[in-house]
Amino acid sequence: MKVLSKIVKYQLQDAFRSRWLAAYSLFLIVFSYGLISLTGDSSKVVLSLMNLVITIVPLISIVFGTVYIYNSRDYIVFMLSQPIDRKILFLGVYLGMCVSLAAAFITGIILPILFYANYFVNNLADIFIVLISGIFETIIFIGLSFYIAIKNENKLKGFGISIFCWLFFTVIFDGILLMILQQFQDYPLEKVSLLIISINPIDLARIWITLSYDISSLMGYTSAVIKDIYGTGWGSFITILLLTVWALWPLLLGLRNFNRKDM
Amino acid sequence: MTAITAENLIKDFGDFRAIDKISLSIAGGEITAIVGPNGSGKTTFIKSILGLVKPTSGNIIVNGVKLNGTFKYREQIGYMPQQASFPENITVKETIDLLCDIRNKTGDLSEELINKFNLQKEYNKKIKTLSGGTKQKLNAVIAFIFDPEILILDEPTAGLDPYASGILKDKILSVRKGGKTILLTSHILSELEDMVENVIFLLEGSIRYNGKVNDLIERTSSSNLERAIASLISGVAV
Repeated sequence: MKVLSKIVKYQLQDAFRSRWLAAYSLFLIVFSYGLISLTGDSSKVVLSLMNLVITIVPLISIVFGTVYIYNSRDYIVFMLSQPIDRKILFLGVYLGMCVSLAAAFITGIILPILFYANYFVNNLADIFIVLISGIFETIIFIGLSFYIAIKNENKLKGFGISIFCWLFFTVIFDGILLMILQQFQDYPLEKVSLLIISINPIDLARIWITLSYDISSLMGYTSAVIKDIYGTGWGSFITILLLTVWALWPLLLGLRNFNRKDM
Repeated sequence: MTAITAENLIKDFGDFRAIDKISLSIAGGEITAIVGPNGSGKTTFIKSILGLVKPTSGNIIVNGVKLNGTFKYREQIGYMPQQASFPENITVKETIDLLCDIRNKTGDLSEELINKFNLQKEYNKKIKTLSGGTKQKLNAVIAFIFDPEILILDEPTAGLDPYASGILKDKILSVRKGGKTILLTSHILSELEDMVENVIFLLEGSIRYNGKVNDLIERTSSSNLERAIASLISGVAV
């Protein structure tokens, strides 16, 4: 535990001085600030922030994570030549990445909102959910990226898989779902679609955010279905549970692969 | 006394057999060089000792500890890789501090290598601003700073200027006098000759020669180590 916290601290020291992280935060600040000053409608702002959380945040997380593992190979090899448990090193690097990207995300969203705090008094709960789901997406996609980068020795291949993974969950998945729903529209597909959607971490975040919203029925078929079946409370609980599963399995697989890998 | 023992060590990377049934022991308190052309398995062998590469079969025993996923034994090993890199935005001092922290040792900052390399003036520089040679000096310092029982140096003088590489060689010799085991690889054979006692010659993953440097030179009736190795490669003698 002590060693783990030392490694995390060191990783954070590095990350917080990195220009890329600052650029990411700055981009989010500009984006949310622009959004607020242009629309002025707090509900619309929250919805736009949600779209940010389900597109840009996963993309940045998976790209940063993949690039980081490939770029830090020599460093990781060196650290493994020290008396450190492999699992601890992996967790240290992973947590360092999660904390720094999540911090950049929170800063980027919170600062402009604080600036316009009085706009958002009625939407505090929604903003909180946006933040938490953003953190979930960050953690999930860093986990995926670490797993992909460790599994694939070839940088180009690993990077390609990462990008495809993001594209799959943001675009292709919904396309396939839509196709299925359209093909079988004569059948009652509510529960089936619910099952399918729960295997997509991006849809889960979308569901969770829109669940707490009155407009959920406008926002998408599935969140309305979930609301019908579970109600807001249970629905939220189940989505959080599924998001947690999503945060854990890539991490555990990555850990297992890292433990066996020849460096 | 043997510091490192390998028993029937085999390592396959897919179809490629990088190490082919190596059995050897490396004497404690002496300087041993592993030589061989590129791709002969030198680095793979070193990495197996460090637990970076997991053998397909066979055993490695370091200071009486049989390796199988353990990591404590590395407290006794100082490793200088061919190229190590650290996170870019960290300073030299912070890097040394981290390693001290992990090993739970203070690390001797008055260490002679730090002084001789004049590394103090780089303490507050970030790693990304260091030149390749300075990074290599930092690696050397980190390998020696904890006064380990076993030193593993992969191409230690590559990337160092002649002056710095002289300092490093002196350090290796003085550590040898202190009774430590040193295992190194190098391409520059002429450089090894005057300091190395034992030589292990690897070719295509197996041992072609393992013994004293002087014996090798005598047996191949060559004038120096470089020529002796050359005659081993061309298959003459032994």
